[in-house]
Amino acid sequence: MNPFTYARAEQAEDALKLAEAQGARFLGGGTNLVDLMRETIERPQSLVDVTGLSAAIEETSAGGLRIGAAARNSAVAEHRLVRTLYPVLSRALLAGASGQIRNMATLGGNIMQRTRCAYFYDDDGSRCNKRTPGQGCDAAEGFNRYHAILGASPSCVATHASDMCVALAVLDAVIHLRSPRGERTVPFVDFHRLPGETPQVETVLEPGELILTVELPANPIAKRSTYRKVRDRSSYAFALVSVAAALELDGGKVKDVRLALGGVAHKPWRALRAEEALRGREATPENFRAAAGAELIDAKPLRYNAFKIELAARTITAVLQELAEEAQ
Amino acid sequence: MRFLINGQPVEVDVDMRTSLLDLLRDHLNLHGSKKGCNQGACGACTVLADGERILSCLALAVQYQGREITTIEGIAEDGQMHPLQRAFIEHDGFQCGYCTPGQICSAIGMAAEAKRGMPSHMTRDLGAEFITLDRHEVRERMSGNICRCGAYNGIVNAISEVFVEAE
Ligand SMILES: Cc1cc2nc3c(=O)[nH]c(=O)nc-3n(C[C@H](O)[C@H](O)[C@H](O)COP(=O)(O)OP(=O)(O)OC[C@H]3O[C@@H](n4cnc5c(N)ncnc54)[C@H](O)[C@@H]3O)c2cc1C
Ligand code: FES
Ligand code: FES
Repeated sequence: MNPFTYARAEQAEDALKLAEAQGARFLGGGTNLVDLMRETIERPQSLVDVTGLSAAIEETSAGGLRIGAAARNSAVAEHRLVRTLYPVLSRALLAGASGQIRNMATLGGNIMQRTRCAYFYDDDGSRCNKRTPGQGCDAAEGFNRYHAILGASPSCVATHASDMCVALAVLDAVIHLRSPRGERTVPFVDFHRLPGETPQVETVLEPGELILTVELPANPIAKRSTYRKVRDRSSYAFALVSVAAALELDGGKVKDVRLALGGVAHKPWRALRAEEALRGREATPENFRAAAGAELIDAKPLRYNAFKIELAARTITAVLQELAEEAQ
Repeated sequence: MRFLINGQPVEVDVDMRTSLLDLLRDHLNLHGSKKGCNQGACGACTVLADGERILSCLALAVQYQGREITTIEGIAEDGQMHPLQRAFIEHDGFQCGYCTPGQICSAIGMAAEAKRGMPSHMTRDLGAEFITLDRHEVRERMSGNICRCGAYNGIVNAISEVFVEAE
């Protein structure tokens, strides 16, 4: 690990000031950053501890929920209002990592966590455009069973590893950011980027910019939402494919629907095409399957991950069917 | 840096890069917490911070000043083994014993989470007020602690005896 200085911020202003130092990085629970520093993939010169900033989970005047970036993953998963109004978020968090890691990990750190692509981690053995831009990508032709089927580029086929973020994508969450230039809000689905030719730029967050809070808008459909994760072992493993969904029926028809996929792309993948294909349609397994097909029509398999296309289609169908049965 | 470890205040001069695990093992002679993977994957380094289970290998020590850290060395009370320690012996909850300190700290944290109603991936009804810790719940909640010897049946039996209410 390279040497660094450390300071703890008590207020957002302090954090922003401290972050002006050369090579500064914010530190949440450290479960991703400390690991990457030990591998010398990340080499910050100074750490600004932001775990003392807002961790509040509070109702907004508009009837939604606002969550401070320092809120622990376990605290969010456990919160009464999250469990009842946004069950998909609780479920996604509880499907991620382990009890110990969830007690350490923060909302901000989870959003900013980096890919688990083995070539990204293999500092001295492989090429990776995220680690060393322009170097090439050894995953594209390598062992890419875990890699992307949607939105990838020749420069990068890595996936975003977060479960929580798939739920935030389906909930139409909004991120509040703050930098020395002021505050701004970004819709969660626009926060992470597709790799294109600059896979090292993973989000629209600017250097020194801080995630303050995430806001979940009030939305009755969110009450009927869930998350399903398919993985190589039944617990404590990253997703091969995951599905976050919310469904509202009117009679036997789909009145409204939200769908997002994890484990398939460089960002949490909101499935707008599938949603479009479903609105107003009969809530039948055939229609669910057809909607999945509409979303996956552009999916491009790599050498070892073609199975993800069928797996995603089946998981989407099963999750929507589960929600439809609950609604009836 | 100043710490509170197993009820004792300690002051040590350590490099900023020191993890909580290395602080315990290399500077404070507390060798109970184990270094299995040093990357968050095995749970052997689990300790309690203000009663919450965490991984000391991914924790920078500097961040844990002012928190009350409890390691396996601080679990026993008045020289009496913790009931869970005794149950591990009775149920053969270990073979080589390497994962055991992490398993025991993790299980104590886990039981407190369940007691206050924290759901898990296995919990059907997220709205439920109370959690019934059955064997499936215990296995899911303890999945962050790997046992290379595969002593899982004994581990689950020991935890169940102490924490699972008879149904
Ligand atoms: C063994 C293991 C298994 C895991 N399994 C899963 C899994 O199954 N599913 C899953 O979703 N995740 C999994 N994770 C990842 C885990 O969820 C992340 O490591 C965690 O959420 C990161 O949060 P943190 O607070 O520890 O972040 P840190 O490591 O502290 O920081 C991560 C990044 O976020 C930045 N950051 C932190 N806070 C802010 C802020 N307020 N504003 C701007 N930037 C900020 C930091 O600068 C850093 O770049 C696993 C991790 C491990 C080690
Ligand atoms: S040593 Fe900490 S999780 Fe393995
Ligand atoms: S008893 Fe040997 S690793 Fe668990």
